Amino acid sequence: MAVVNLLTAINQALDQKLADDPSVVVYGEDAGYEGGVFRVTAGLQKKYGVDRVFDTPIAEAAITGNAVGMAINGLRPIAELQFDGFVFPGYTEIVTHMARYRNRTRGKHGLPIVVRFPVGGGIRALEHHSESIETLLGHIPGLKVVFPSTPYDAKGLMISAIEDPDPVIFMEPKRIYRSGKQEVPEEMYRIPIGKAKVVQEGSDITVVAWGAMMREAEKAIKLLENENISVELIDLRTINPIDEETIIESVKKTGRFLVVQEAVKTYGPGAELISLVNEKAFLYLEAAPTRVTGFDITVPLAKGEMFHFVQPERIADQIKKVARF
Amino acid sequence: MLFKDYDPLKKKRLSILDEKGKIVNKELEPDIDKKTLLNMYKTMALGRIADTKALQYQRQGRMLTYAPNKGQEAAQVGAAAAMQEQDWFVPAFRELNAMLYRGVTLEQIYLYWYGNEWGSHFDEGVKVLPINIIIGSQINHASGVAYASKILKKNEVAVASIGDGGTSHGEFYEGLNFASSFDLPLVVMIQNNQYAISTPRKKATKAETLAQKAVAFGIPGMQVDGNDILAMYVAMKESIEYARSGKGPVLIEAYTYRLGPHTTSDDPTLYREDKEVEMWEKRDPMIRFKKYLIDKGYWSEKEDKALEAEQTKFVGETFKKVEQSGTEDLLDIFQYTYKEMTPQLKEQYETHKKFLEEGGK
Repeated sequence: MAVVNLLTAINQALDQKLADDPSVVVYGEDAGYEGGVFRVTAGLQKKYGVDRVFDTPIAEAAITGNAVGMAINGLRPIAELQFDGFVFPGYTEIVTHMARYRNRTRGKHGLPIVVRFPVGGGIRALEHHSESIETLLGHIPGLKVVFPSTPYDAKGLMISAIEDPDPVIFMEPKRIYRSGKQEVPEEMYRIPIGKAKVVQEGSDITVVAWGAMMREAEKAIKLLENENISVELIDLRTINPIDEETIIESVKKTGRFLVVQEAVKTYGPGAELISLVNEKAFLYLEAAPTRVTGFDITVPLAKGEMFHFVQPERIADQIKKVARF
Repeated sequence: MLFKDYDPLKKKRLSILDEKGKIVNKELEPDIDKKTLLNMYKTMALGRIADTKALQYQRQGRMLTYAPNKGQEAAQVGAAAAMQEQDWFVPAFRELNAMLYRGVTLEQIYLYWYGNEWGSHFDEGVKVLPINIIIGSQINHASGVAYASKILKKNEVAVASIGDGGTSHGEFYEGLNFASSFDLPLVVMIQNNQYAISTPRKKATKAETLAQKAVAFGIPGMQVDGNDILAMYVAMKESIEYARSGKGPVLIEAYTYRLGPHTTSDDPTLYREDKEVEMWEKRDPMIRFKKYLIDKGYWSEKEDKALEAEQTKFVGETFKKVEQSGTEDLLDIFQYTYKEMTPQLKEQYETHKKFLEEGGK
């Protein structure tokens, strides 16, 4: 089994689905010849030709809107948007059409589309290149939103996303594209969308994170090695639909709940998850469920972004507070 | 080649059948068989009646806000008649006649304006996309449909329709630019009805014609008398075949007029003069086409009266059927969000179903 990083794992999934299904097309600004700014699609155009892996004009509404038409007419488009902040010029099409076409046509036109883009901060990028926007997509009925944290999950989830009959937003935590490698099977395998993963079992507190925040949560748990706190760590993996069962089961066991999100605080997924725990496990709670998040600010440029990020120390501090409440 | 003769920068508008029903461009008069010509006319006639009645139903509170089509029948049917069966029609929202001609039933169209999503579920084989409310976004859908046609080698052309107001929208430019950069089989027809709700066309852009915007995309463009069904047919026929041959998209501006309001919520007397409307009423596409058919010996006033009675009855019966469909089922509003309901949706549905079953409202 080859040991690969998250970026290569996604490339493998795209490569294998392009080979497997002639209706799959991969495209976006620079996604063809150059393989995208992060090279996630590198080598694919050479292998599958310019009709199936191609560069588009730099126009996000055209990128997302064309996916709608392509999917209606028999293709499985995988559209790349270059950065999280560039989702917005293409957002109208995602929200007003992609998410609604199946419902609008009472099932006649379901749209098997994947919209993928790098998300989050930590690479010292320009403005509009560091946002965590899962809330803005997770809120929309008709979309599924996936946010992997490991190479293994990224490949399995991408294959599931491409095969899904509904539009899937696939967020790639750019900060960990190349950092960290893992054994990833050569063959195609699938990880179900909507299923979280208990990464570490524990009995004192449930901590839920996703994407790049999984690494930070793991570091936080290491910082607490001598604190005698048993943490159950869950990788959410899918923002929508949420795997309620895994979370509720865990909270019923631990009685304590903490969400870690890079996204800004207000209305974020943390609020949703805490609501869920309150609705379904209130009587099991030993402390108020809470969250560690980015601040409600415009994501700062490189010289200020460290303050916005959820560092392991902040997470560890909150774990201690909730666990010892 | 018509595109050369009617280069939009030369500001010449294609016209074949004038306001009095006379042929003014004999060499371009299309050779359309009698059956097709009558089918075109009957669709326009049905559209006119269905449109008039829809307005009344809305005023009576029996329909949602409605967007009338009166005056734009020739642009729509001329375009639709030039398409082949396998081609796709990607509409904006003021498209009653083109949709009817392409096989969407009046019942489906009425169901939509009645407030029921089943009105956007067209029969298998009807290659028409649902009405599009977000201005301009359908141009990208049509371009995507055309991309799939091209690489799956399907010999189809996508015909998208947009209003003059829609040409102010970013997606008009993004979609046409995308399609032109890949030489996609797409024809975009602008129905320039002179107003974007209350904003006159002249205020929306400094460009002298909308067709000339084609120049920036590097594609052919042509302005056509949109109330002249023969000119519309000829222009669209040539554009569709050009797109089908792999040369890329075409932009057609149908120069027409909306005789009614933008929608039933709008009051056009606030922003346009009676004399302008009266002038356009004289250019009514129905009058000239009927006269053309009568002159050809294909139609008569007597047949016209009989058709009107028959279609009025049909429209009334269709709407009655739609009204009898009542409200949608609870499950119906949940089950098409995804192919399969998520656990959350199942739970929300079951909970509300139980609430209703126990007498809740």
